[in-house]
Amino acid sequence: MIEFISQPWPWYVGGPLIALVMFLLWYFGKSFGISSNLRTICSIGGAGKLSDFFDFDWHGQIWNLTFLVGAVIGGFIAHTFLTVDQGVQISEGVVNELRSLGIEEPGKAYIPGDLFSWENLFSVQGMLMLVGGGFLVGFGSRYAGGCTSGHAITGLSELQMPSLIAVVGFFIGGLIMTHLILPWILPL
Amino acid sequence: MKYIKFLILGTFFGIVLSKAEIISWYRIYEMFKFQSFHMYGIIGSAVVSGIMAKQIIKKTKMRSIEGTDIKFTPKNKSIPRYLIGGTIFGLGWAMTGACPGPMFILVGYGVGVFLVVIASAVIGTLVYGLIRKNLPH
Repeated sequence: MIEFISQPWPWYVGGPLIALVMFLLWYFGKSFGISSNLRTICSIGGAGKLSDFFDFDWHGQIWNLTFLVGAVIGGFIAHTFLTVDQGVQISEGVVNELRSLGIEEPGKAYIPGDLFSWENLFSVQGMLMLVGGGFLVGFGSRYAGGCTSGHAITGLSELQMPSLIAVVGFFIGGLIMTHLILPWILPL
Repeated sequence: MKYIKFLILGTFFGIVLSKAEIISWYRIYEMFKFQSFHMYGIIGSAVVSGIMAKQIIKKTKMRSIEGTDIKFTPKNKSIPRYLIGGTIFGLGWAMTGACPGPMFILVGYGVGVFLVVIASAVIGTLVYGLIRKNLPH
């Protein structure tokens, strides 16, 4: 059983299980949305004094923070106990392309270690990708009123037009970054 | 104790996103390069299952664990906010290879430097809150 779980899970297992999480949150009387936690963290930190956007009773969001703590634990469990091969089977074309852009051993781990490391943090590349990228995700998700969980999964499942527009935006931004900007940043 | 179910469900969520490789930067890169069906299969099958789940809830008039009606709140109608905000989000998603959930899961997965990405995302959210009145919504 544990050997079976330790294989990478195919998309037709992962997708429905995410929907199961969303369904259970509905059943618990809540709504699936991860990025709200970033707003809650601002509120707990006292940002309510700076903007009324953060001036709300965050106690109603403790369930969501708890869910997020669980997610961190889940990552730890998966890495420590449920994963034999730490690599990702990405397509040969992508491997060759990333290699030509200067990434060593693409797909050897989940994350390109030479980009996402403490050593690389204080380089121009690290600053752009980690600090800049994180900022864009935080700013953009709140501007759009949700991230992948709230719009791409929950909103689309509810057939909400605003979520479809947001997902179109996710792809416009993602395609611009991957095709036009990353080819300049990755070789830095 | 009422929070324990959220802790367990969150743990399950973290395991699913790890094992299905959704937290991998490479999978996001591949998706935006249209080089793999994996992420499209994930999102597509999640949405198809989700549409069915919502229909079941509505047809059976299912109640929540607390006995209340399960409500689906319609999001406010607008275009600029979702399109511009979504595009900004997409730029960051393709850069970090992580949306907010995976950022946290990756810390548990042992990639501690994502704490910096999370801190930046919190600052991004803070800045949005400060200037939102000047942005088109």
